[in-house]
Amino acid sequence: MQNKLHFIDVLGKGAGAHRKQDPGSFEYTLPAEITSIYQLTASEKLYQIQIIDPEQRNRFSFKPGQFVMLELPGIGEAPFSISSSPVRRGDLELCIRAVGNFTNFLAKVERGARVGITGPFGTHFPLEKMQGQDILLIGGGLGIVPLRSPLLAVLENRSRYGRVDIMYGAKTPTELLFTYQYEEWRRFDINLGITVDKADKSWKGRTGLITELLKERIAQTASLRENTYAIVCGPPVMFHFVCKMLTEAGLPMQKMFVSLERRMHCGRGKCCRCNIGSTYTCLDGPVFDYWSVMNLKEAI
Amino acid sequence: MIFKVFKKQELARLHELLAVNIVVGPVVKGKDRNGKPLYDFDVVYDFNELALDYTQTVHSPKRFVLPYHETLSTFAVSRDGWEKHVDLNVYRPLVFFGMHACDINALNKLDLVLAQSTYPNPYYMGKRKNLFIIGIDCNPEPQCFCRSMGTDSAIHGFDLFLTDLGDGYFAEILSATAFDLLNQISCKDPSAKDLALYKQATNGKNKHYTAKVETSDLTKILDLEFESPAWDAWGEKCLSCGTCANVCPTCYCYGVEEHVDLDLTHASKTKSLHSCNLIDFAKVAGGHNFRPTSASRLKYRYYHKHRGFVEAFEESLCVGCGRCGAACLADITPPEVIASVRGKE
Repeated sequence: MQNKLHFIDVLGKGAGAHRKQDPGSFEYTLPAEITSIYQLTASEKLYQIQIIDPEQRNRFSFKPGQFVMLELPGIGEAPFSISSSPVRRGDLELCIRAVGNFTNFLAKVERGARVGITGPFGTHFPLEKMQGQDILLIGGGLGIVPLRSPLLAVLENRSRYGRVDIMYGAKTPTELLFTYQYEEWRRFDINLGITVDKADKSWKGRTGLITELLKERIAQTASLRENTYAIVCGPPVMFHFVCKMLTEAGLPMQKMFVSLERRMHCGRGKCCRCNIGSTYTCLDGPVFDYWSVMNLKEAI
Repeated sequence: MIFKVFKKQELARLHELLAVNIVVGPVVKGKDRNGKPLYDFDVVYDFNELALDYTQTVHSPKRFVLPYHETLSTFAVSRDGWEKHVDLNVYRPLVFFGMHACDINALNKLDLVLAQSTYPNPYYMGKRKNLFIIGIDCNPEPQCFCRSMGTDSAIHGFDLFLTDLGDGYFAEILSATAFDLLNQISCKDPSAKDLALYKQATNGKNKHYTAKVETSDLTKILDLEFESPAWDAWGEKCLSCGTCANVCPTCYCYGVEEHVDLDLTHASKTKSLHSCNLIDFAKVAGGHNFRPTSASRLKYRYYHKHRGFVEAFEESLCVGCGRCGAACLADITPPEVIASVRGKE
């Protein structure tokens, strides 16, 4: 039996000690609880999710723009942008539309349900670079969800940033998200522009495309070249028009950020489902600057 | 590097020494319609089952490190919550007896993304690190374009590599375990005559490479030809069946599913290898498909192999084994696809 090969346990004691990333953490999920659920619109709900262990909760830190994998054991796992402020750490808020198998099941889940959180994953918006600069937050439809985290981070340190504009478009007034917070945002000296594609009887605001709002904003300043950053998130067709307008207004490509959506099964650059050419949306994204996106085929 | 030579009959002794472990090797599985044997890797219990003169196995050795279906974790679910159990599904080392250079290189390439990048995958690593690999030289088949991909010889990633010298084997030793094993059989240092035979064997092999892929500037060409009508033509032919990914030694894409047991007390999370040619590969919840046409999916496969991976790891993900072309129901082969995109029909 002298030639029986020695078994190597990759998760054994000391096996991962020299690695930057510990292989033992690959399939490690933090137990969490849904502490409250708010119905925002007919199909979207805001879930407040708390990591149960206080130590893990405090150690959990993320940056605006990153995402987590939310797991319902036995049902599935899916990636979601974090909508809460990074200050709240492991007290997360995820805004989720009931649209697929997983999210439709989640919509039926009640307060107190035990879920799993893995992450945070991906790149983030460089808020530290944006300090002292004007910020344009442009969101279409569910695109407002990943914008809420950087917005809350800006609100917490409002004096560090220049003029902040939010431009938000939805299909109908009933599909507008976070309506209860608009007044609060305005109080923090945020220019909030909202437009809908189709108005209903009660709607008193603007109707039309988000590019109209952007056109007005661009007209108010001479050039966006010097001291403006933009974050754009929305459906692919919106990226085309908005990014083009911003580029024409002089905004440098590396100061314009987008958050992309792709199918993901692992969040760790292994399953390839989110690949855009060579780039993993989960590792190299979801936040890309416009220059990187321009360099990627089929990105937007 | 240390080299040894030993007589052919000693190989059975080598197998016998290693047989205390599980040995996997090429075996004959059946015959194709022309009466030629079909080979595949499987567990070998008897040395005589080993078909070391095999041409190419239908499937790659991938399934021993990346099973087609694998349970990632299980859950014990109760009213108060759940508990997750992780099992890497690897319990003992595996001996690979007779792997060709292309397949060894395929594992080396998988290492780059699965073991050496951010978030190393323990399921893969556990299996990969417990492989003892004996490589063996081959005679190129008509579909092999490994020479073009630079994977016709293996430099690392094996323990022992054997080259047939006629009446004996020329052994290249890369690990202490392999050295120790060879000490237990009758072998000697190579003589000048052995060296001449070795060089003769290598030179003889060179004549047999017929399929070629022009790889110079391929990353740039692929970028420039992103909108090329050639992709649509291949897309028309492609059946989007995913057979190419199934037989490919380096395709590692997967999907994850979770299931609940009928008694609602247990659940499991399983991973299944997927293919980027399948229609739902990039489809997101809500119904939007980022690659709705078969042309866009086929194009993506070539982009990932020949451009994306090169950008990330400085080498192509393709090893040129030609299995995808041989298995393709629509006769789509990488040398033809790349030649057409380069405008060289």
